[in-house]
Amino acid sequence: MRQILPFAVLAAVAVAAFYIFPYNLAFLTRMTIMMIFVLSLDLVQGVAGIATLGQAAMYGTGAYAAGLFAIHVWPDPLAGLAVGAVAGAAIAFVSGLFLMRAHGLTLLMLTIAVAEVLQEVANKFSDITGGTDGLGGIRMARLLGVWKFDFVGQTGYIYAVCVLFVVMVLLKVVIGSPFGLALRGIQDSQARMRAIGTPVTRRLLASYGLGGAVAGVAGALAAQSTQLVSLGVYSFQLSAEAVIMLILGGTGRLWGALIGAAVFMTVHEVAASVDPFNWLFVIGALVLAVVYAVPQGLMGLPAEVKRWIGRLA
Amino acid sequence: MTTLASILMDGIAYGMILFMISVGLSVTMGLMRVVNLAHGGFAMLGGAFTHWAMTAAGLPFVPAAVLGLLAVMVLSVPMERVLYRPIYRMGELPQVLATIGITFIMIASVNLWLGSSLLSIRLPAAMSGAVDLGFRTLPTHRLYVLGAGVVVIGGLFVLIERTRFGIKLRAAVDHAGTAACLGIDTSRIFALTFALGAGLAALGGILGAELLPIDAYYPLRYMILFLTVVAVGGLGSITGSFVAALALGVLDTAARYLFPDVGTIFFYLAMIVMLGLRPQGLMGRA
Repeated sequence: MRQILPFAVLAAVAVAAFYIFPYNLAFLTRMTIMMIFVLSLDLVQGVAGIATLGQAAMYGTGAYAAGLFAIHVWPDPLAGLAVGAVAGAAIAFVSGLFLMRAHGLTLLMLTIAVAEVLQEVANKFSDITGGTDGLGGIRMARLLGVWKFDFVGQTGYIYAVCVLFVVMVLLKVVIGSPFGLALRGIQDSQARMRAIGTPVTRRLLASYGLGGAVAGVAGALAAQSTQLVSLGVYSFQLSAEAVIMLILGGTGRLWGALIGAAVFMTVHEVAASVDPFNWLFVIGALVLAVVYAVPQGLMGLPAEVKRWIGRLA
Repeated sequence: MTTLASILMDGIAYGMILFMISVGLSVTMGLMRVVNLAHGGFAMLGGAFTHWAMTAAGLPFVPAAVLGLLAVMVLSVPMERVLYRPIYRMGELPQVLATIGITFIMIASVNLWLGSSLLSIRLPAAMSGAVDLGFRTLPTHRLYVLGAGVVVIGGLFVLIERTRFGIKLRAAVDHAGTAACLGIDTSRIFALTFALGAGLAALGGILGAELLPIDAYYPLRYMILFLTVVAVGGLGSITGSFVAALALGVLDTAARYLFPDVGTIFFYLAMIVMLGLRPQGLMGRA
């Protein structure tokens, strides 16, 4: 029951959002895709403890792979998602072979470098990727052969929410499995896990690959719903914002990724539309307030409030 | 031959700027174990104060630059006490989040104060021309940057190796807890080092404004650049930062001269190779 209830709440919120904000479906779809992306980061960073500022490498590769696949091979959305997942996992696996041996600042810098190199490569091969103009002309076929992607974005939103549910359930299963527990153990102490016989590097590589697949799915969804892939999919800003959202919401428990993405994107959107010049103050204040008041992230807010009340009483 | 000389001159000057901005970051990261993404903000603030002092107050370059430098150092002390001290004991990720938050506030403040346009710093005539060495001419600005870099590294060497403060600082870098047990006031060392690092960043920002133009988004744009110098040089190592800054400066400049259409890919590939060979950085300790 405790496992089911949050999913029911999520479903209710997703349906309510659909009816309350019928004219903001494009934004809600972006938010849903970002949630999937931050979930991939939660597996890699929150559960396995791999510090990264380059998760966009997998997101971008998934986006380009899905976009090119739709244009040149087959415009089926679900097949595109699968291609995005495979591409994301492949790039994560290949880069992970040398990344997973690094730690701390070195690891952070190497993950940044991977994404930047990919961005330059995409820029150089502009006859394939469209370069700075972006990869346009992505026309998706009907979803499952039935639902057409409409102008308002109803199909796109429902589609993204369904993918989010599938990813969420899958990751719940993964982090509850012995594999997931091994990853948590690795985050706590690599030395101890090695001592009890866990092949640490291989487990890390597997989690990085799986996270890459999920990030690739998010990128593929973005390519399909916006029908455009720009060089920005590889940007440092995207990676960094995902990290902010994850820590904001709370790491390691998946729901924090969703809360962080929702809060950050909503505050960003509202603040930027109210005051396009000074919105960064609001984001900065939000981030600092969370770090100093609730270091565990927004997921830790109830416990923190209980502690405050306890201190007063 | 001429190209080679220009590459070396520009590359070394660029490297000196990178060194001045990054060395404070390296020492504070080695000393306080803080991943400080806001460090480039001090370079930007130094440039912004100088720009303001020259345009709004009409000061000449040198007093304006001194004012900018002092303003940043004075500002950095309360910032260290209020904003940074609580995060020393937190994990890596909350530190990343907190310092990104501080960066955002710095950007928004400068954006509100001076706008988002380029904040130019006009060099005095004595620094902006070219100097004739007989066999070739050199931009005077590069020579000043070079001189400032040499003075900074020399000053740091004397400060760290030859003074009481330096002994305490090295002790605190090695093990803050033990240093505190021996009666060294580590929080004072932290504050002084932080102010010194911020001041050097401001100096680098002001002198380097021709190479790395100052505007409100400066700290985000060059964040990766400064962190690369620290990672390649090795955390907490001044010599490492110096070697890494010069190497990356020359390499990046050479790539821009010789392969202009390859873009920044060369820089990142070089970083991957260097960190692959020496994951602790050039002079870092395991």
